[in-house]
Formats: sequence, structure tokens, C-alpha cells
Amino acid sequence: MTIRQTRRARRTAAALACTATLALIAAGCAGTSGGGGGQGSTGTKAKPVTITFWHGWSAPNELAAINANISAFEKLHPNIKVKAVSNVTDDKINQALRAGGDNAPDVVSSFTTNNVGSFCNSHEWVDLNPLLKKSGIDKDKTFSKAMLDYTSYNGDQCSLPLLGDAYGLYYNTDEFKAAGITAPPKTWSQFEQDAVKLTKSEGAGYRQLGFMPLYHGYETTTEHYAAQYQPTWFTADGKSAIASSPAFADSLKEQKTLVDKLGGYQKLSKYRSSFGDEFSAKNPFETGQVAMAMDGEWRVSMIKADGSKVHYATAPLPVPDNQVSQYGIGYQTGTIAGIAATSHKQAAAWEFLKYLTTDTDALVSFANAISNVPSTYAALKSPKLEKNAQFQTFLNVAANPGSNTTPSEPNGDSFIVTYQNLGYAYESGKVSNLQAALKKTAGQIDSDLAQAR
Amino acid sequence: MRTPRAAAPPALRRKRRRELATTAGFLSPWLIGFAVFFAYPLIATVYFSFTHYDGFNAPTPVGLKNYVYVLTEYPFFWQAVRNTVWLVVAMVALRTVFGIGIGMLITKIKSGAGFFRTAFYLPYLAPPVAATIGFAFLLNPGTGPVDHILGRLGLPQPGWFTDPSWSKPSLVLLSLWGIGDLMVIFMAALLDVPAEQYEAASLDGANWWHRWRYVTYPNISPIIMFAVVTGVIQTLQYYTQAIIAGQVASGIAGNAGQQFEPGYPNGSTWTVPQLVYNIGFQRFDYGSACVVSLLLFVVAMGCTALLMRRRSGLMAED
Repeated sequence: MTIRQTRRARRTAAALACTATLALIAAGCAGTSGGGGGQGSTGTKAKPVTITFWHGWSAPNELAAINANISAFEKLHPNIKVKAVSNVTDDKINQALRAGGDNAPDVVSSFTTNNVGSFCNSHEWVDLNPLLKKSGIDKDKTFSKAMLDYTSYNGDQCSLPLLGDAYGLYYNTDEFKAAGITAPPKTWSQFEQDAVKLTKSEGAGYRQLGFMPLYHGYETTTEHYAAQYQPTWFTADGKSAIASSPAFADSLKEQKTLVDKLGGYQKLSKYRSSFGDEFSAKNPFETGQVAMAMDGEWRVSMIKADGSKVHYATAPLPVPDNQVSQYGIGYQTGTIAGIAATSHKQAAAWEFLKYLTTDTDALVSFANAISNVPSTYAALKSPKLEKNAQFQTFLNVAANPGSNTTPSEPNGDSFIVTYQNLGYAYESGKVSNLQAALKKTAGQIDSDLAQAR
Repeated sequence: MRTPRAAAPPALRRKRRRELATTAGFLSPWLIGFAVFFAYPLIATVYFSFTHYDGFNAPTPVGLKNYVYVLTEYPFFWQAVRNTVWLVVAMVALRTVFGIGIGMLITKIKSGAGFFRTAFYLPYLAPPVAATIGFAFLLNPGTGPVDHILGRLGLPQPGWFTDPSWSKPSLVLLSLWGIGDLMVIFMAALLDVPAEQYEAASLDGANWWHRWRYVTYPNISPIIMFAVVTGVIQTLQYYTQAIIAGQVASGIAGNAGQQFEPGYPNGSTWTVPQLVYNIGFQRFDYGSACVVSLLLFVVAMGCTALLMRRRSGLMAED
């Protein structure tokens, strides 16, 4: 072999070696999929199966409560171990279930019911109807109709309620007394008067605001206002009804009236930017920056856990002046939980999900710990359920047949976001013809749904 | 009369094959990278753009439906396009001018140049998320020090990231703060201009404008073109700062159970890359997300080609 041939051979060998190395690296990166093993298995005491549970709770009291429930479950079921992952959002769930892999969750939960339609329609979460039947659970006798509605889509029961949420009014009793207000407002016109009375200006801003009406004021969202007007979101043929149901125009107008009476959009927006995090001791109601707040029942335990000095009481949110007989209703939603369709351990996952969502003691202890509304009839009747006066308001709202929620749609919360955008534009004075804007928004919602179906 | 090509002898053919194999072997790292990270994703993006695909169930062909939806029905597309164009024009132009200005200033400083170079470069090293959060707190109209100082001075106090008319200028301000990357390359280009050309111009009686127009500019124009082309491409992909500023200013961090409104306030910070994330990874309409991605790709390619052609023309004139 000549020197030239030897060099050529070395170059070729080097090039092939490079290629082979890269190919091996690429193959290594690609990894292997699946192989979870134990599909359908619930494990044994000697060799327990471990399932992964993703949830959204993050506050210390909430984490302590859910971890206590998990420990109780593991004691009852020594064949199953639960690995919990906290503070998970719907985006993360959606992305993880599509990506799959061994670290994907088996049991999933979400704080919002907005994406149930998407979870069910895409079959990311398994239909629980056969499992409920197999376990002898009559869902109609276990959960309320409202809760079953917001956990299913087109008959696919892809999730179950895991405690419920109801919305009401929190008001500062010291400030009410100082302003000479003797009772919480029942109608929006009374509410406007009280909010103005409770507002104390200071320079170009506020020393205290009666109520933060802006849609970015944490729980003062468009759909929470609209619930007080008992809206119809969709017609029977599945078209958006926000232009035809008067609830939407009326609630948008009422909120705009509040914005104008309390100082205008710019002034309120600037004050809002001084608020601390919603789920912390810096919450503006807990710090006294606002005298009234629209919020969920969880605030009762948070005020206690945060050590806030605010003296407060709770009441249902106001209703329109011409619907005073409806007083007591509110927006209703809840945490939901289901089983990932990609899970290889669905039998063990069902045991855990069944325990979380239907075991009366588990639900009651969890509801007591984080001040949520129990989600089964049995838990609501349990003598172990702690019922203080402030929390009772929300139990009543949840039990009110007029309380309502947003429907499930296949594109998740897109229709709510589209309606919210109209609200943001309207509150900031960018919409001159509300009815025309509502019609345009309804058309947009219909287009988005047609694209998703 | 053309003579037929004689077939190469077997030894020569073997040699050519070996050379081809060697060349392909050495090119293989790039070829594999190109195929895996560019060609395949591009082909897949084109394919999925014609399908209804939620990432979980098998894709189904839908023809041009996704294109029609994105271009005529999706409410945020044109709003995001307008915002992105605004940012490209303002951000690229101002960053280039500011970068040249700071570069010229730094090259003129006689003492403490090292300190000032470091001081102007350091912000560029700050992680975009941290820098944006820091700016959002500084510019908070309720509690931030900037509006507090402006108020004390009797000046107007803008809403910055909470005001739709100020949110994009605030993002431009943030990008000017992190000018370190452009400052360094302009400073190097300015120091590279031959000093004798300035001396000759001075002897000819050139004033500062003439020196800039006929000496500095021709020398640094390739660097300006580089800054503009890369700036346009980067700004077309503008994502992190816009979404973080919107989240922090809206007070909604996107925790579990919270609905974050992209583009806060009033859609003024929506950019095209945010649409890709929103449609693709929040709505899980991968088909429409692919349409937006392809349109972004075509526009970026078009802008770059246009700028490069324009640059060729300028070079020919020079």
C-alpha cells in the first residue's frame, strides 16, 4: 500500500468513525418509548406499583392537606405508592400527555373546568363511565348534576369533581361599620353605592378602594360577573349566544358603570398594579387595599393561614335589581381529576382517583383543610364537615340551583378568552357599539369552534 | 461533431467513489444536523399545515382550511403581525442607531474606557426573563421608582407595560438597555476604520458630517447591514420579553387555575411567535400553528433576501 493510499484509507476511516459516533449519539438521544409495564396491575404489598399524580396545589396548607390524603390512601392500599407533583397547570398537563414517556402522569387534576371539553374530546383523559359502573358507583346519586355537567363532555365522563369552588363576596366589616353600611348589598345598584362609600381617595390614587372592578382584578373576571345574570352561553344548536342572551351585555354594562363611578379605567389600572400576588398574604383584600372582593371559598382558610388582621364576613354576590329573587346564586366550578389515557397503570390510578373523589372521610378532611366545598352528597352531609359562618355562605351558593358555570367546549377556554378580550376592550373605553361588538365576538367564537371540531 | 464521452477506467471510478465517500463522511455531521433539525421539521411543518392535528389523535387532511382560518378568522393574527412589524421597525432602527452612538462614544473616551465598556456590555448578559421582570418592577406605575421620580419632577407618569400605547415603547426601552452586543461589534468596526482616511478628510476640510458620511459609514456599512439583518430575524422571533412583561404587568403569573391573557394589555404585546405557542401548545391546533410558523419563515427569508440584495446594490455603488 502506497503512502497516498494509506492516508486516504485513514481519512475514510476517520470519516466513517465520525458518522458512526454521530449515529450512535442520535440513536441514544432518540431513546426508547413506552414499556411502563404493569398496565392494569395494582401491584402487591411486597412489590407495590408507583403511580404519578399531578396536581395544582402549591400553598403550604394545601400541600399538607393533599399529602395527608395521599398518606391515608397509601395506608389503605399498601400495594400502591403515589408520587405527587405539585403546582401543575393545564398547559403542562396537555403537553406532557402528548409527549408521553415514563415520567408522564397517571392521575391528573386541574383547578379549572374550562378545559374539560378539550380533555374529553381529544380522549387525553379516559372515559370513567365503565370504571364507575364496574365499581358500582352510581354517579347521579354521588355527585350533583352541575358537577357532573362540568366534568363531562358529550356523555364522556373524562373527569370527576374533586372538591368544588363557589364564588361570593368578602367584605371588611370594620370598613362597613365606619361607612354606616349595615348589611351586604343584594343588588348591583346597592353594591355601586357601597363601593363608592367605601372608597377613600388620596392624591391621584386611593388610600382604600371600595371594590376593584377591573377584569384583571384577580377573580373579577368576565365569566364570574356574568354568572350573576344567569347567562346562556350557547344556543341549542351549539352557536354562541353572547349577543342574544341579555346577561352578557347587562353584566358588561354594570362593570363599566362601576369602573366609571370608582375613578375610571386609568386610575383603577394604576392602583391595581400596586397589588401583591393573589395567592399570598399580599392579596389586596387581606392587606386592606380593597374593602370588598369577589373571591372563592378558599380565601376563608387563606386569610387564616396568612395571619391577616382583616375583620370580614362573606355573602353571596349581588344580582341585577330586577332579579332580586335570585339572590344567593354564584359562579360555581371546581377542581377536577381524571386518568391519563397514556397511563400504563390505569387500574392503580383508578383506585387512587376513586379514593380521592368518592371517599367521604378523605373529601371531608381535605375540604376542612383547604376550605373547599365537598363534591359528593355524602360528604356535604357529613357531621365531620366544619361549617363556620363565613364558609357556610359558599356551601349555600354551591347548593343553590341557580348557581351556574361555563360550559365545556372542545377548544377548552378559547370562547372565554375571546369574551374576556371584549371585556378588556369595553372596560377601557375602546368599544363604542356594545351590541355590534358582542355580535362580532359571537361570530369569532363560532369560527374558533368550527376550527376545533 | 461531438464525440461521445469515453467511460472512465475502473480505477478512476473507484477513486471518485472513495473521494465521494470521504467527502460525504466529513460532511455527515452537518448533513445529519441539517436533515434532523431543519429539513425534516420543515417538511413536517408543511405537511401538518394541511391537516387537523391535536397532537394526540392522528392527523386528518383538511386542505387549505387552516390557512383560511389563520388569515381570515383567527382574531389575533393580524394584530400580532402589526405589533411585530412595529417592533421590527422601531427596535431594529433604534438599536442600530443607539449601538453606533454608544460605540462611537466608547471609542472616544480616553480614561475609564474599560469601565464604561463593561458597564454598557453587562446588561446584555442578564437573562431575558430576569431583565424583563426587573424592568416591569422598575416601571410599575403603582409602586415603581421611575414613575415615582417622574411624579416628583412634575412630569407625566406613563402606564408603561400596563398601557397599550406605552407597552411596545417600553419593550424597545428594554432592548436599548441590553445594547451590549451591538456596541461591541460597532466599537470593533469603528476602531478598524483607518486613521489616515480621517486625516486625509480633515486636510480636505471635511466637517464631522462629511467624515461620517464619506469615511466612517462606508467602512462600517457591512457591519450595519449585519446588525440590521440579524436584528430583523431576531425581532421577528421576539417572544420571551413580550410574554414575560405581559404576565408580570397583568398580575397573573399563569399559576394553576389562572387564565393568562396573552398580549396584555389589550393585545398590544402579541407577537407572531406567541401565536405559534398559543395555537400550537395551548389550543393544540397544530395545523394552524404550522401555518403561522411557515408564514413567519417565509417573511424572515424574504426580509433577509431583500436586505441582502439592497446591500449588494449599495456595495456596487460604493
